[in-house]
Amino acid sequence: MRKTQHKKIRGYDRILFSFFSHLVLIVLSAACLLPFWLVISGSLSDQQSIQLNGYRLIPQQFSLDAYRMLFKIPEELIRAYGVTILVTAAGTGLGLLVTSMASYVLANKDFRYRYQVSFFFYFTSIFGGGLVPWYIFNTKYLHFHNNIIALILPILVNVTYLLILKSYMMSIPESLYESAYLDGAGDMTVYFRIALPLCKAGLATVGLFIALNYWNDWYNAMLFLDEGRRDLYPLQYFLNNILTKAQAINAAAARSGIPASDVPGEPMKLAMTVIATGPIVLLYPFLQKYFVKGVTIGAVKG
Amino acid sequence: MYNGKHPFLHDLYKNRTKWLMLLPAAVVVILMCYIPMAGIVLAFKEYNYHDGIFGSPWTGFENFQYFFKSGKAWLTTRNTILYNLAFLCVNTFLQITCAIMLSELAGKMFKRITQSVMFLPYFISWVVVGAFIYNLFNYEFGAVNTFLKGAGLELVDVYSNKKMWPFILIAVSAFKNVGYGTVMYLASIVNIDGEMYEAADLDGATMWQKIRYITLPCIRPTVVILFLLAIGTIMKGDFQMFWQVTGNNPMVLEVTDVIDTYVTRSLLTLQEFGMTSAAGLYQSGVSFVLVLIANYIVKKVEPDYALF
Repeated sequence: MRKTQHKKIRGYDRILFSFFSHLVLIVLSAACLLPFWLVISGSLSDQQSIQLNGYRLIPQQFSLDAYRMLFKIPEELIRAYGVTILVTAAGTGLGLLVTSMASYVLANKDFRYRYQVSFFFYFTSIFGGGLVPWYIFNTKYLHFHNNIIALILPILVNVTYLLILKSYMMSIPESLYESAYLDGAGDMTVYFRIALPLCKAGLATVGLFIALNYWNDWYNAMLFLDEGRRDLYPLQYFLNNILTKAQAINAAAARSGIPASDVPGEPMKLAMTVIATGPIVLLYPFLQKYFVKGVTIGAVKG
Repeated sequence: MYNGKHPFLHDLYKNRTKWLMLLPAAVVVILMCYIPMAGIVLAFKEYNYHDGIFGSPWTGFENFQYFFKSGKAWLTTRNTILYNLAFLCVNTFLQITCAIMLSELAGKMFKRITQSVMFLPYFISWVVVGAFIYNLFNYEFGAVNTFLKGAGLELVDVYSNKKMWPFILIAVSAFKNVGYGTVMYLASIVNIDGEMYEAADLDGATMWQKIRYITLPCIRPTVVILFLLAIGTIMKGDFQMFWQVTGNNPMVLEVTDVIDTYVTRSLLTLQEFGMTSAAGLYQSGVSFVLVLIANYIVKKVEPDYALF
């Protein structure tokens, strides 16, 4: 908020502006919420009423069948959740460690080659070899095919986050480092004992962005996982398959011995969507401020 | 102790801990970016799995000729650029409008809630956005058609209707990105010196005048710079968005295919390694030149904001 809030003139233009702003912001917010609402409403509808009359704002025939059925065949869903949680935890922990170590060095004014090394990292964000050589190198030489590492390594280091953390690290007063060096502390000690504790806010922000990228990733699964390795599917790609392959739900049910006619396919697609997005929407109110901080830093220095 | 004269080797020894701390990130970047970069030679080769990237025979510019003669080069380039321009203009306009409105309103609770709600779509995956599109536009059950049926209007089948897609894609891009940009522009509005507004109040300025003559000029550099930088990435289509929102639907490819979706589809379905790497190199090359130009201009206008 503006520190010295300028005087509110209660004039005609202000009332008009206020009315108009409220209207626009309410309409836009409603438009942002509508798709969420429709998916929840659809997931709570009865299959037959959807087939007869379509999805609606309010379920025509309220039913929990879709969720009940999902809990009857939970193995694949739980497995997909497990893969996503594992990949997110490993990727975020490792990514944060690797990124923060590098940004600690690059923020250090005693490090003579910091500009050159920064450019070495930065260059990858303005030029790349394109998808195909990357794909061939990863499958043929690194053997990422059907390998869970393919879900972690490609998005482990993000140069933008590295630069954000670097600017956090640079805001630490240099005298703190210097006194530690004088006391005989090495770089690792300074990094662990001084840099990391003082950058907690930055680490939280960047860590959340990394975690979000892992949670929402389906692209690497699409490129590197075969249909035969359904057990490695992360949550989003599992959901993608259910949405795009008409038979995916029935096949999953059949593997658990449930006949296709008993499966409420339509609401189940949406129930899956709700379950895959739920954690993000539920955690969002508590974590939002960290994301806002991350965006704001990006705005101040791109 | 190393005592040679070479400054780099000396630094490597003296600061070995620092270099070691850089190593993991550097290895990832080398594996994921620099080595594949060498693979761009593939654009001039006919790839076969057995010989690998470097063993396959050279073919000169054949892959490029094939790509440009297929007609796909022009079509996908046009789509990529036009969509990016439309996204950029619509999103920037909405983001600035929302940011100014939020900064002028008094109700704290209202501001907090609307800002949070508009920021929410940024956090969900494109797969979930794909589910939203299915839920809205499915011909048989979609909510839009349910509504149209209820109102006694003609149903729409977006999956065979080319005219609808530009509007849908622009709306989806706004849905996903307006909140993010609003937060960003709000941050730069909040940074404006409050004394300017006080002075304007003393002079009896109206609100419109304050927005017109203080707020907008103050955020102008940010807008110009973000615009220029976006021009630098205008050749890069948002792959995840186009793939998930259009469902890779063959009926409307003419109006929805961007370079990135074309390359991925050809790679996954046709295994066209040579031609797709030519397309990829064409995209990377033009992008790189555009970034350099954009950065050069930014450096002239506002040196602090230059990328490098």
